[in-house]
Amino acid sequence: MNKLYTAVFIILAFATYASVHAVQDSTAIAQADTASVQTPTVTAPQETPTPAAPAQSPIPTQTTPIAEAPAPTKKGIYTDGTYTGISADAFYGSVQVQATISGGRLTAITFLSYPQDRNASRAINQSAMSALVNQAISIQSAQVSGVSGATDTVSAFRQSLSSALAQAA
Amino acid sequence: MRVTRALMGMPVAIELVGGTESDREALFSLFAAVDARFSTYKHDSEISQLNRGDVSLERASKEMLEVLSLCEHEKTHSGGVFDIRTPDGTLDPSGLVKGWALRKAAQLAEHLGYSDYWIEAGGDIQTSGRDEDGNRWRVGIRNPFEKDSLACVICPDARGVATSGTYLRGTHIYDPRTGLAVDSPYVSLTVVGPDVYEADMWATKAFVLGEDGLALLARMNGFEAYAIGHDHTVTTTPDWNSLVSA
Repeated sequence: MNKLYTAVFIILAFATYASVHAVQDSTAIAQADTASVQTPTVTAPQETPTPAAPAQSPIPTQTTPIAEAPAPTKKGIYTDGTYTGISADAFYGSVQVQATISGGRLTAITFLSYPQDRNASRAINQSAMSALVNQAISIQSAQVSGVSGATDTVSAFRQSLSSALAQAA
Repeated sequence: MRVTRALMGMPVAIELVGGTESDREALFSLFAAVDARFSTYKHDSEISQLNRGDVSLERASKEMLEVLSLCEHEKTHSGGVFDIRTPDGTLDPSGLVKGWALRKAAQLAEHLGYSDYWIEAGGDIQTSGRDEDGNRWRVGIRNPFEKDSLACVICPDARGVATSGTYLRGTHIYDPRTGLAVDSPYVSLTVVGPDVYEADMWATKAFVLGEDGLALLARMNGFEAYAIGHDHTVTTTPDWNSLVSA
């Protein structure tokens, strides 16, 4: 529940920040969608120059474009600069990305934090849906003949990237 | 002994219990032949030649005709949810070919006299009989949120298992009716069906349909499904638990 309050607080704080610093340009920005990011350049993790919380802190950072840049160039739908996304919960840790815009386009994505905490005993939420049975994911280390599966989730990455791009708009 | 090779752009694993190397090779050759014929990444594959117009449909192989007519059948019966025509107008039957090849390989294994086997390609599995210790085959379903961890373990026995899901490179499943990438409520959807071809087709179709797909599967005899949502919840068809390993 604390996580929910924290998330709601961050969203409200960000919304307040965004409305105060609203861009005058009326160009509508489509929902940032990683499907439209064809080949992001993922650079190695590096120290962030923005005032971010320490990497191990669970509290997501507030975001600020680089202040020392002169009048930003606005060619594409995004304003040039470097923007740090929210630290999104990936269940087994957090994902935070930094997006770099130059020439109005997304040119680099830097991972500021990777999921590292593999706490297998974390509780999973349940939701109800009629006519279908719901159950919690049960994490088992049983012996199996083999595995059928999907690959890694991208949702935490998207959340963080979306929030970074939303500021660049 | 289970042997895995990269074919059709994915890991293909074959285990014929008590089997010979040459019989296993026969199955691998089948996958290699499917790859050579149906890979849109191979310039000289039959599908690439067809798409360029270098070869006409009248001259197509019987395997190509079989696959293309199955694709047409699936498109008609799914209301267009399954459609191999790509946005640029070419045909890409790979969504059907994986399950079809697995079914063909299982048929070949049976023809060669095997009733205990594990045949797998890219996360889709067809099993039969028992493993080399005489135990039921146990299939783990990967937990998409935690590497090297499982969400569930089932014993499909002679039924087929297929899993659809979103990938790190971005959603790769498109709704042919809209041409748009599917924004599915699920990260992973595992379908168990009468055989792996059916399971694979329904894992693809149901993923596009989202919650409606799962509701549909709940009403179909012979199918069970296990869906993992972005919010980490799991939703299953009513009799899924009958598959779960004790």
